Amino acid sequence: MRKVAIVGVGQTKFGRRSDASIREISFEAFKEAMEDAEITPKEIEASVVCAATHYDKQRSPAGVIAEYLGLNPKPTFTVEAICASSGAGLRTAWALISSGLHEIVAVVGFQKMTELKSNEVQEVMGRSGDVMWECPFGTTMPAYFAMYANAHMNKYGTTEEQLAKVAVKNHFYGAKNPKAMFQKPITLKEVLTSRMIASPLKRYDCCSNSDGAACMILASEEKARKITDTPVWVAGLGLGSSSMTLTNRELPLTSFGCAVEAAKQAYKMADVKPKDIDVAEVHDCFTITEIINYEDLGFCGKGEGGKLIEEEQTYVGGKIPVNVDGGLLAKGHPVGATGASQIRTIVQQLRGEAGETQVSGAKTGLAHNLGGIGMYCSVTILKV
Amino acid sequence: MSLEKFGKVNFVSEGKVHNFISFLEDGKIAGTRCKKCRKLYFPPRADCESCFSDEMEWVTLSDKCKLITYTNVHFAPPRFRYDCPYLIALAQLEKGLRVFAPLSKKIKEEEIKIGMDLKLTVTKLIGDKIVYELRKP
Repeated sequence: MRKVAIVGVGQTKFGRRSDASIREISFEAFKEAMEDAEITPKEIEASVVCAATHYDKQRSPAGVIAEYLGLNPKPTFTVEAICASSGAGLRTAWALISSGLHEIVAVVGFQKMTELKSNEVQEVMGRSGDVMWECPFGTTMPAYFAMYANAHMNKYGTTEEQLAKVAVKNHFYGAKNPKAMFQKPITLKEVLTSRMIASPLKRYDCCSNSDGAACMILASEEKARKITDTPVWVAGLGLGSSSMTLTNRELPLTSFGCAVEAAKQAYKMADVKPKDIDVAEVHDCFTITEIINYEDLGFCGKGEGGKLIEEEQTYVGGKIPVNVDGGLLAKGHPVGATGASQIRTIVQQLRGEAGETQVSGAKTGLAHNLGGIGMYCSVTILKV
Repeated sequence: MSLEKFGKVNFVSEGKVHNFISFLEDGKIAGTRCKKCRKLYFPPRADCESCFSDEMEWVTLSDKCKLITYTNVHFAPPRFRYDCPYLIALAQLEKGLRVFAPLSKKIKEEEIKIGMDLKLTVTKLIGDKIVYELRKP
Protein backbone atom coordinates (compact mmCIF):
# COMPACT_ATOMS: atom_id res chain seq x y z
CA MET A 1 0.00 0.00 0.00
CA ARG A 2 1.20 3.49 -0.85
CA LYS A 3 2.07 6.08 1.79
CA VAL A 4 -0.41 8.94 2.13
CA ALA A 5 0.24 12.46 3.44
CA ILE A 6 -1.85 15.44 4.44
CA VAL A 7 -0.71 18.38 2.31
CA GLY A 8 -3.27 21.03 3.18
CA VAL A 9 -5.70 21.91 5.98
CA GLY A 10 -8.30 24.62 6.49
CA GLN A 11 -11.09 25.54 8.87
CA THR A 12 -13.79 28.19 9.29
CA LYS A 13 -14.41 29.89 12.57
CA PHE A 14 -16.73 27.66 14.59
CA GLY A 15 -19.86 29.12 16.19
CA ARG A 16 -23.20 30.49 15.04
CA ARG A 17 -22.95 31.12 11.30
CA SER A 18 -26.26 32.77 10.46
CA ASP A 19 -24.47 34.61 7.64
CA ALA A 20 -23.65 31.55 5.53
CA SER A 21 -25.08 28.36 4.00
CA ILE A 22 -23.54 24.87 4.18
CA ARG A 23 -21.98 25.26 0.72
CA GLU A 24 -20.46 28.60 1.71
CA ILE A 25 -18.91 27.44 4.99
CA SER A 26 -17.56 24.38 3.17
CA PHE A 27 -16.02 26.67 0.57
CA GLU A 28 -14.29 28.76 3.27
CA ALA A 29 -12.58 25.67 4.70
CA PHE A 30 -11.78 24.23 1.26
CA LYS A 31 -10.29 27.52 0.04
CA GLU A 32 -8.03 27.76 3.09
CA ALA A 33 -6.87 24.14 2.64
CA MET A 34 -6.21 24.66 -1.07
CA GLU A 35 -4.23 27.84 -0.37
CA ASP A 36 -2.32 25.92 2.29
CA ALA A 37 -1.51 23.13 -0.22
CA GLU A 38 -0.99 25.64 -3.05
CA ILE A 39 -2.82 23.51 -5.59
CA THR A 40 -5.84 24.12 -7.84
CA PRO A 41 -9.26 22.38 -7.82
CA LYS A 42 -8.36 20.72 -11.16
CA GLU A 43 -5.81 18.58 -9.31
CA ILE A 44 -8.42 17.15 -6.91
CA GLU A 45 -9.37 13.70 -8.22
CA ALA A 46 -12.19 12.98 -5.75
CA SER A 47 -13.97 14.60 -2.81
CA VAL A 48 -15.33 12.99 0.33
CA VAL A 49 -17.98 15.12 2.03
CA CYS A 50 -18.51 14.35 5.72
CA ALA A 51 -21.59 15.30 7.72
CA ALA A 52 -24.32 13.99 9.96
CA THR A 53 -26.88 14.64 7.28
CA HIS A 54 -29.92 14.51 9.56
CA TYR A 55 -29.05 18.10 10.56
CA ASP A 56 -29.26 19.32 6.97
CA LYS A 57 -32.18 20.63 4.96
CA GLN A 58 -30.27 19.58 1.84
CA ARG A 59 -30.55 15.91 1.03
CA SER A 60 -27.25 14.32 -0.04
CA PRO A 61 -25.03 17.36 0.62
CA ALA A 62 -22.04 16.13 -1.44
CA GLY A 63 -24.08 17.13 -4.50
CA VAL A 64 -24.26 20.85 -3.74
CA ILE A 65 -20.88 21.02 -2.05
CA ALA A 66 -18.89 19.40 -4.86
CA GLU A 67 -20.67 21.73 -7.29
CA TYR A 68 -19.95 24.86 -5.24
CA LEU A 69 -16.32 23.82 -4.75
CA GLY A 70 -15.92 23.36 -8.52
CA LEU A 71 -15.13 19.66 -8.25
CA ASN A 72 -17.51 18.22 -10.87
CA PRO A 73 -17.29 15.86 -12.74
CA LYS A 74 -14.85 14.06 -10.41
CA PRO A 75 -16.20 11.46 -7.94
CA THR A 76 -17.90 12.77 -4.79
CA PHE A 77 -20.02 11.20 -2.07
CA THR A 78 -21.06 11.72 1.54
CA VAL A 79 -19.62 9.75 4.46
CA GLU A 80 -21.59 9.68 7.71
CA ALA A 81 -20.56 8.43 11.14
CA ILE A 82 -22.24 11.21 13.14
CA CYS A 83 -19.56 13.04 15.17
CA ALA A 84 -16.85 10.81 13.66
CA SER A 85 -17.90 11.53 10.06
CA SER A 86 -14.68 13.24 9.02
CA GLY A 87 -12.56 10.64 10.85
CA ALA A 88 -14.33 8.04 8.72
CA GLY A 89 -13.90 10.35 5.70
CA LEU A 90 -10.15 10.53 6.28
CA ARG A 91 -9.99 6.74 6.34
CA THR A 92 -11.98 6.60 3.09
CA ALA A 93 -9.69 9.11 1.37
CA TRP A 94 -6.61 7.28 2.66
CA ALA A 95 -7.91 4.05 1.12
CA LEU A 96 -8.72 5.75 -2.20
CA ILE A 97 -5.14 6.99 -2.45
CA SER A 98 -3.32 4.10 -0.85
CA SER A 99 -5.02 1.68 -3.24
CA GLY A 100 -3.71 3.63 -6.22
CA LEU A 101 -7.18 4.71 -7.41
CA HIS A 102 -6.54 8.43 -6.89
CA GLU A 103 -3.55 10.74 -6.27
CA ILE A 104 -5.15 13.71 -4.48
CA VAL A 105 -8.43 13.68 -2.53
CA ALA A 106 -10.21 16.47 -0.63
CA VAL A 107 -12.07 15.62 2.59
CA VAL A 108 -14.60 18.29 3.54
CA GLY A 109 -16.36 18.03 6.91
CA PHE A 110 -19.13 20.46 7.73
CA GLN A 111 -22.20 20.97 9.87
CA LYS A 112 -24.71 23.72 10.23
CA MET A 113 -26.54 22.58 13.32
CA THR A 114 -28.56 25.76 13.52
CA GLU A 115 -30.10 25.28 10.09
CA LEU A 116 -32.97 23.41 11.75
CA LYS A 117 -35.07 25.09 14.45
CA SER A 118 -33.92 24.52 18.04
CA ASN A 119 -36.82 22.17 18.83
CA GLU A 120 -36.21 20.20 15.63
CA VAL A 121 -32.51 19.77 16.53
CA GLN A 122 -33.44 18.62 20.01
CA GLU A 123 -35.92 16.15 18.56
CA VAL A 124 -33.17 14.76 16.27
CA MET A 125 -30.81 14.53 19.25
CA GLY A 126 -33.47 12.63 21.20
CA ARG A 127 -33.08 9.90 18.59
CA SER A 128 -29.31 9.52 19.14
CA GLY A 129 -29.63 6.12 20.80
CA ASP A 130 -31.41 2.95 19.69
CA VAL A 131 -34.86 4.19 18.65
CA MET A 132 -36.47 0.81 19.25
CA TRP A 133 -35.39 0.10 22.83
CA GLU A 134 -33.82 3.19 24.45
CA CYS A 135 -35.06 6.45 22.92
CA PRO A 136 -38.67 5.65 23.95
CA PHE A 137 -37.54 6.48 27.51
CA GLY A 138 -36.27 10.00 26.74
CA THR A 139 -32.56 9.58 26.08
CA THR A 140 -30.30 12.50 25.20
CA MET A 141 -26.64 12.77 24.20
CA PRO A 142 -25.63 14.18 27.60
CA ALA A 143 -27.69 11.49 29.37
CA TYR A 144 -25.70 8.66 27.79
CA PHE A 145 -22.36 10.21 28.70
CA ALA A 146 -23.68 11.09 32.16
CA MET A 147 -24.34 7.39 32.68
CA TYR A 148 -20.68 6.72 31.85
CA ALA A 149 -19.70 9.51 34.25
CA ASN A 150 -21.64 8.02 37.15
CA ALA A 151 -20.19 4.58 36.44
CA HIS A 152 -16.63 5.99 36.28
CA MET A 153 -17.09 8.05 39.45
CA ASN A 154 -18.49 5.02 41.25
CA LYS A 155 -15.75 2.62 40.16
CA TYR A 156 -12.71 4.88 40.34
CA GLY A 157 -13.69 7.74 42.63
CA THR A 158 -13.44 10.29 39.81
CA THR A 159 -14.87 13.60 41.05
CA GLU A 160 -17.04 16.37 39.61
CA GLU A 161 -14.08 18.73 40.23
CA GLN A 162 -11.86 16.56 38.04
CA LEU A 163 -14.50 16.63 35.29
CA ALA A 164 -14.73 20.41 35.67
CA LYS A 165 -10.95 20.75 35.31
CA VAL A 166 -11.20 19.36 31.77
CA ALA A 167 -13.60 22.20 30.88
CA VAL A 168 -11.29 24.75 32.52
CA LYS A 169 -8.27 23.46 30.54
CA ASN A 170 -10.09 23.37 27.22
CA HIS A 171 -11.55 26.86 27.66
CA PHE A 172 -8.07 28.08 28.65
CA TYR A 173 -6.84 26.93 25.24
CA GLY A 174 -10.03 27.98 23.43
CA ALA A 175 -9.19 31.52 24.52
CA LYS A 176 -6.01 31.25 22.45
CA ASN A 177 -7.73 29.90 19.32
CA PRO A 178 -9.18 32.61 17.04
CA LYS A 179 -11.36 29.98 15.37
CA ALA A 180 -12.97 28.74 18.59
CA MET A 181 -16.63 29.39 19.40
CA PHE A 182 -15.76 30.35 23.01
CA GLN A 183 -12.61 32.42 23.43
CA LYS A 184 -12.82 33.18 27.12
CA PRO A 185 -11.32 31.25 30.04
CA ILE A 186 -13.75 29.91 32.65
CA THR A 187 -13.23 29.13 36.33
CA LEU A 188 -13.72 25.87 38.19
CA LYS A 189 -16.55 27.52 40.14
CA GLU A 190 -18.33 28.59 36.95
CA VAL A 191 -18.27 24.99 35.70
CA LEU A 192 -19.41 23.49 39.00
CA THR A 193 -22.27 25.96 39.45
CA SER A 194 -23.53 25.86 35.87
CA ARG A 195 -27.02 24.42 35.42
CA MET A 196 -27.56 20.68 35.56
CA ILE A 197 -28.14 19.00 32.17
CA ALA A 198 -28.00 15.27 33.02
CA SER A 199 -26.50 14.51 36.41
CA PRO A 200 -23.58 14.78 37.08
CA LEU A 201 -22.99 16.70 33.82
CA LYS A 202 -23.60 20.43 33.98
CA ARG A 203 -23.74 23.03 31.23
CA TYR A 204 -19.97 23.50 31.03
CA ASP A 205 -19.34 19.74 31.07
CA CYS A 206 -21.07 19.68 27.67
CA CYS A 207 -19.86 20.91 24.28
CA SER A 208 -22.07 23.22 22.23
CA ASN A 209 -23.88 22.70 18.96
CA SER A 210 -22.06 24.78 16.41
CA ASP A 211 -21.75 25.67 12.74
CA GLY A 212 -18.51 25.27 10.86
CA ALA A 213 -16.44 23.38 8.33
CA ALA A 214 -12.93 21.96 8.09
CA CYS A 215 -11.02 20.49 5.16
CA MET A 216 -8.04 18.18 4.63
CA ILE A 217 -6.22 17.59 1.34
CA LEU A 218 -4.61 14.15 1.11
CA ALA A 219 -2.05 13.07 -1.47
CA SER A 220 0.03 10.06 -2.48
CA GLU A 221 3.71 10.13 -1.45
CA GLU A 222 4.83 10.99 -4.97
CA LYS A 223 2.43 13.95 -5.27
CA ALA A 224 2.93 15.03 -1.64
CA ARG A 225 6.68 15.42 -2.10
CA LYS A 226 6.06 17.64 -5.15
CA ILE A 227 3.38 19.74 -3.42
CA THR A 228 5.08 20.47 -0.11
CA ASP A 229 8.33 20.38 1.83
CA THR A 230 6.40 19.50 4.99
CA PRO A 231 4.11 16.55 4.26
CA VAL A 232 2.42 15.17 7.37
CA TRP A 233 2.23 11.40 7.01
CA VAL A 234 -0.77 9.30 7.93
CA ALA A 235 1.21 6.74 9.91
CA GLY A 236 -1.61 4.84 11.58
CA LEU A 237 -5.36 4.51 11.21
CA GLY A 238 -7.92 2.73 13.34
CA LEU A 239 -11.68 2.57 13.25
CA GLY A 240 -13.74 0.65 15.76
CA SER A 241 -17.40 0.11 16.55
CA SER A 242 -19.46 -0.64 19.64
CA SER A 243 -23.09 -1.62 20.05
CA MET A 244 -25.59 1.18 19.77
CA THR A 245 -27.54 -0.06 22.78
CA LEU A 246 -26.12 0.38 26.25
CA THR A 247 -27.53 -3.05 27.04
CA ASN A 248 -24.87 -4.66 24.86
CA ARG A 249 -21.95 -2.35 25.72
CA GLU A 250 -18.74 -3.42 27.41
CA LEU A 251 -19.28 -3.30 31.19
CA PRO A 252 -18.73 -1.56 33.55
CA LEU A 253 -19.32 1.44 31.23
CA THR A 254 -16.06 3.15 32.11
CA SER A 255 -14.42 2.74 28.69
CA PHE A 256 -15.45 2.95 25.02
CA GLY A 257 -14.76 -0.39 23.35
CA CYS A 258 -14.73 1.17 19.88
CA ALA A 259 -11.96 3.57 20.99
CA VAL A 260 -9.84 0.84 22.54
CA GLU A 261 -10.16 -1.14 19.30
CA ALA A 262 -9.38 1.87 17.06
CA ALA A 263 -6.37 2.82 19.20
CA LYS A 264 -5.01 -0.73 19.07
CA GLN A 265 -5.24 -0.75 15.27
CA ALA A 266 -3.67 2.71 14.88
CA TYR A 267 -0.77 2.12 17.31
CA LYS A 268 0.01 -1.18 15.60
CA MET A 269 -0.06 0.29 12.10
CA ALA A 270 2.08 3.28 13.09
CA ASP A 271 4.32 1.06 15.23
CA VAL A 272 4.24 3.52 18.13
CA LYS A 273 3.20 3.35 21.77
CA PRO A 274 1.05 5.81 23.74
CA LYS A 275 4.21 7.28 25.32
CA ASP A 276 5.49 8.20 21.84
CA ILE A 277 2.59 10.62 21.21
CA ASP A 278 3.74 14.24 21.59
CA VAL A 279 0.36 15.96 21.22
CA ALA A 280 -3.21 14.68 20.98
CA GLU A 281 -6.68 15.79 20.03
CA VAL A 282 -9.35 13.70 21.74
CA HIS A 283 -13.11 13.84 21.40
CA ASP A 284 -14.24 15.84 24.44
CA CYS A 285 -17.95 16.04 23.63
CA PHE A 286 -18.32 15.96 27.42
CA THR A 287 -15.72 16.35 30.15
CA ILE A 288 -16.09 12.71 31.22
CA THR A 289 -15.40 11.63 27.64
CA GLU A 290 -11.97 13.30 27.67
CA ILE A 291 -11.10 11.54 30.94
CA ILE A 292 -12.17 8.15 29.56
CA ASN A 293 -10.33 8.89 26.29
CA TYR A 294 -7.04 9.37 28.19
CA GLU A 295 -7.47 5.84 29.54
CA ASP A 296 -8.71 4.27 26.30
CA LEU A 297 -5.70 5.69 24.43
CA GLY A 298 -3.27 4.47 27.08
CA PHE A 299 -2.11 7.95 28.17
CA CYS A 300 -2.67 6.70 31.73
CA GLY A 301 -3.91 3.53 33.41
CA LYS A 302 -7.57 2.57 33.80
CA GLY A 303 -9.23 4.82 36.35
CA GLU A 304 -6.35 7.30 36.37
CA GLY A 305 -7.86 9.81 33.93
CA GLY A 306 -9.18 12.02 36.72
CA LYS A 307 -5.75 12.17 38.31
CA LEU A 308 -4.11 13.00 34.96
CA ILE A 309 -6.17 16.21 34.56
CA GLU A 310 -5.93 16.96 38.30
CA GLU A 311 -2.14 17.01 37.93
CA GLU A 312 -2.42 19.17 34.79
CA GLN A 313 -0.50 16.57 32.78
CA THR A 314 -2.61 17.28 29.68
CA TYR A 315 -1.59 20.96 29.48
CA VAL A 316 1.31 22.05 27.25
CA GLY A 317 4.42 21.14 29.26
CA GLY A 318 2.67 18.14 30.84
CA LYS A 319 3.11 14.45 30.10
CA ILE A 320 0.77 14.54 27.09
CA PRO A 321 -0.80 17.83 25.93
CA VAL A 322 -4.44 17.21 24.91
CA ASN A 323 -6.88 19.49 23.08
CA VAL A 324 -4.62 22.52 23.15
CA ASP A 325 -6.88 24.15 20.53
CA GLY A 326 -9.81 24.20 22.97
CA GLY A 327 -11.28 20.82 22.05
CA LEU A 328 -14.97 20.42 21.34
CA LEU A 329 -15.81 22.02 24.68
CA ALA A 330 -14.44 25.46 23.73
CA LYS A 331 -14.12 25.27 19.95
CA GLY A 332 -17.72 24.12 19.51
CA HIS A 333 -18.77 20.86 17.88
CA PRO A 334 -20.10 21.18 14.33
CA VAL A 335 -20.49 17.42 14.18
CA GLY A 336 -19.26 16.60 10.65
CA ALA A 337 -16.38 19.11 10.84
CA THR A 338 -14.89 18.06 14.17
CA GLY A 339 -12.67 15.19 12.99
CA ALA A 340 -11.13 17.34 10.24
CA SER A 341 -10.62 20.22 12.67
CA GLN A 342 -8.73 17.87 15.02
CA ILE A 343 -6.48 16.77 12.13
CA ARG A 344 -5.87 20.42 11.19
CA THR A 345 -4.67 21.14 14.72
CA ILE A 346 -2.33 18.13 14.75
CA VAL A 347 -0.97 19.02 11.29
CA GLN A 348 -0.21 22.57 12.47
CA GLN A 349 1.46 21.22 15.62
CA LEU A 350 3.66 18.81 13.64
CA ARG A 351 4.63 21.53 11.18
CA GLY A 352 5.52 23.81 14.12
CA GLU A 353 2.86 26.34 13.10
CA ALA A 354 0.73 26.29 16.27
CA GLY A 355 1.98 29.61 17.67
CA GLU A 356 1.29 30.22 21.34
CA THR A 357 0.08 26.66 21.98
CA GLN A 358 2.93 24.93 20.10
CA VAL A 359 4.20 21.76 21.77
CA SER A 360 7.91 22.11 21.16
CA GLY A 361 9.50 19.45 18.98
CA ALA A 362 6.21 17.61 18.32
CA LYS A 363 6.89 14.86 15.77
CA THR A 364 4.05 12.39 16.40
CA GLY A 365 0.44 13.39 16.97
CA LEU A 366 -2.84 11.57 17.49
CA ALA A 367 -6.48 12.44 16.76
CA HIS A 368 -9.32 10.53 18.43
CA ASN A 369 -12.80 11.12 16.98
CA LEU A 370 -15.79 9.44 18.65
CA GLY A 371 -19.14 9.04 16.89
CA GLY A 372 -22.57 9.48 18.44
CA ILE A 373 -23.05 7.90 21.83
CA GLY A 374 -19.84 5.90 21.35
CA MET A 375 -20.77 3.57 18.49
CA TYR A 376 -17.85 4.59 16.28
CA CYS A 377 -14.33 5.74 16.95
CA SER A 378 -11.59 6.80 14.58
CA VAL A 379 -7.99 7.10 15.79
CA THR A 380 -5.39 8.60 13.47
CA ILE A 381 -1.66 8.87 14.11
CA LEU A 382 0.26 11.48 12.13
CA LYS A 383 4.02 11.87 11.82
CA VAL A 384 6.52 14.24 10.27
CA MET B 1 -50.64 -6.09 17.83
CA SER B 2 -47.63 -3.90 17.26
CA LEU B 3 -44.71 -2.20 18.92
CA GLU B 4 -46.29 1.24 18.73
CA LYS B 5 -47.57 0.88 22.28
CA PHE B 6 -44.03 0.57 23.66
CA GLY B 7 -42.39 3.51 25.44
CA LYS B 8 -43.29 6.92 26.78
CA VAL B 9 -42.90 8.06 23.19
CA ASN B 10 -42.69 5.50 20.41
CA PHE B 11 -40.50 5.65 17.29
CA VAL B 12 -40.63 2.14 15.78
CA SER B 13 -44.04 0.54 15.34
CA GLU B 14 -43.24 -2.48 13.22
CA GLY B 15 -40.93 -5.38 13.97
CA LYS B 16 -40.84 -9.16 14.06
CA VAL B 17 -40.68 -9.20 17.88
CA HIS B 18 -44.06 -7.46 18.30
CA ASN B 19 -45.30 -10.28 20.57
CA PHE B 20 -43.14 -8.61 23.22
CA ILE B 21 -46.12 -6.28 23.78
CA SER B 22 -48.52 -9.15 24.60
CA PHE B 23 -46.11 -10.33 27.31
CA LEU B 24 -45.94 -6.79 28.70
CA GLU B 25 -49.74 -6.64 28.71
CA ASP B 26 -49.70 -9.78 30.87
CA GLY B 27 -47.27 -8.05 33.22
CA LYS B 28 -44.32 -10.14 32.00
CA ILE B 29 -40.92 -9.17 30.61
CA ALA B 30 -39.79 -11.55 27.91
CA GLY B 31 -36.62 -12.10 25.95
CA THR B 32 -36.00 -14.48 23.08
CA ARG B 33 -33.88 -17.64 22.98
CA CYS B 34 -32.46 -19.29 19.88
CA LYS B 35 -33.93 -22.78 19.56
CA LYS B 36 -30.77 -24.03 17.85
CA CYS B 37 -27.87 -22.64 19.87
CA ARG B 38 -29.80 -21.59 23.00
CA LYS B 39 -28.41 -18.05 23.02
CA LEU B 40 -30.60 -15.74 25.07
CA TYR B 41 -31.41 -12.18 24.05
CA PHE B 42 -32.85 -9.12 25.75
CA PRO B 43 -34.10 -6.85 24.29
CA PRO B 44 -35.67 -9.62 22.19
CA ARG B 45 -34.29 -10.40 18.73
CA ALA B 46 -35.94 -12.24 15.85
CA ASP B 47 -32.63 -13.50 14.50
CA CYS B 48 -29.70 -15.22 16.18
CA GLU B 49 -26.42 -13.39 15.53
CA SER B 50 -24.43 -16.51 16.49
CA CYS B 51 -25.96 -19.23 14.32
CA PHE B 52 -28.16 -17.23 11.90
CA SER B 53 -31.26 -19.14 12.96
CA ASP B 54 -34.59 -17.33 12.97
CA GLU B 55 -36.25 -19.99 15.11
CA MET B 56 -36.63 -18.23 18.42
CA GLU B 57 -38.76 -18.90 21.48
CA TRP B 58 -40.03 -16.45 24.06
CA VAL B 59 -38.60 -16.71 27.58
CA THR B 60 -40.06 -14.87 30.57
CA LEU B 61 -37.37 -13.19 32.64
CA SER B 62 -37.07 -12.70 36.37
CA ASP B 63 -37.84 -9.15 37.51
CA LYS B 64 -34.82 -9.07 39.84
CA CYS B 65 -32.03 -6.74 38.81
CA LYS B 66 -29.17 -4.54 40.05
CA LEU B 67 -28.36 -0.96 39.09
CA ILE B 68 -25.33 -0.56 36.78
CA THR B 69 -25.57 3.19 36.19
CA TYR B 70 -28.08 6.02 35.87
CA THR B 71 -28.60 9.73 35.27
CA ASN B 72 -31.20 12.34 36.12
CA VAL B 73 -32.24 14.07 32.89
CA HIS B 74 -32.90 17.79 33.41
CA PHE B 75 -32.85 18.83 29.76
CA ALA B 76 -35.04 16.56 27.65
CA PRO B 77 -36.11 16.18 24.02
CA PRO B 78 -39.27 18.22 23.27
CA ARG B 79 -41.79 15.38 23.67
CA PHE B 80 -40.35 14.34 27.05
CA ARG B 81 -40.20 17.78 28.65
CA TYR B 82 -43.48 17.38 30.52
CA ASP B 83 -41.80 14.70 32.62
CA CYS B 84 -38.52 16.52 33.53
CA PRO B 85 -36.44 15.81 35.50
CA TYR B 86 -36.60 12.02 35.12
CA LEU B 87 -34.20 9.22 35.95
CA ILE B 88 -33.05 6.67 33.38
CA ALA B 89 -30.82 3.71 34.12
CA LEU B 90 -29.09 0.57 33.00
CA ALA B 91 -29.63 -2.51 35.16
CA GLN B 92 -28.23 -6.03 35.27
CA LEU B 93 -30.82 -8.77 34.83
CA GLU B 94 -30.28 -12.50 35.31
CA LYS B 95 -28.13 -14.61 32.94
CA GLY B 96 -25.92 -11.73 31.84
CA LEU B 97 -28.79 -9.77 30.30
CA ARG B 98 -29.31 -6.06 30.87
CA VAL B 99 -32.16 -3.59 30.59
CA PHE B 100 -32.29 0.11 29.80
CA ALA B 101 -35.25 1.56 31.67
CA PRO B 102 -36.57 4.55 33.58
CA LEU B 103 -36.31 4.54 37.37
CA SER B 104 -39.58 4.92 39.23
CA LYS B 105 -40.54 8.47 40.24
CA LYS B 106 -40.74 7.12 43.80
CA ILE B 107 -36.96 6.75 43.90
CA LYS B 108 -35.10 9.94 44.86
CA GLU B 109 -31.75 10.64 43.21
CA GLU B 110 -30.08 10.98 46.63
CA GLU B 111 -30.97 7.43 47.63
CA ILE B 112 -29.58 5.84 44.48
CA LYS B 113 -26.54 3.63 44.85
CA ILE B 114 -24.89 1.79 41.97
CA GLY B 115 -25.25 -1.92 42.72
CA MET B 116 -28.57 -1.50 44.54
CA ASP B 117 -31.26 -4.15 44.08
CA LEU B 118 -34.17 -3.21 41.85
CA LYS B 119 -37.28 -4.79 40.43
CA LEU B 120 -38.26 -4.47 36.77
CA THR B 121 -41.98 -3.77 36.68
CA VAL B 122 -44.44 -3.39 33.83
CA THR B 123 -46.56 -0.28 33.99
CA LYS B 124 -49.29 1.10 31.76
CA LEU B 125 -49.32 4.78 30.86
CA ILE B 126 -52.10 7.09 29.77
CA GLY B 127 -52.81 6.83 26.05
CA ASP B 128 -52.52 3.04 25.69
CA LYS B 129 -48.74 3.11 26.15
CA ILE B 130 -46.94 0.38 28.02
CA VAL B 131 -43.45 0.48 29.54
CA TYR B 132 -41.29 -1.15 32.17
CA GLU B 133 -39.62 0.75 34.97
CA LEU B 134 -37.17 0.03 37.75
CA ARG B 135 -38.62 0.06 41.24
CA LYS B 136 -37.37 -0.70 44.73
CA PRO B 137 -37.92 -4.40 45.46
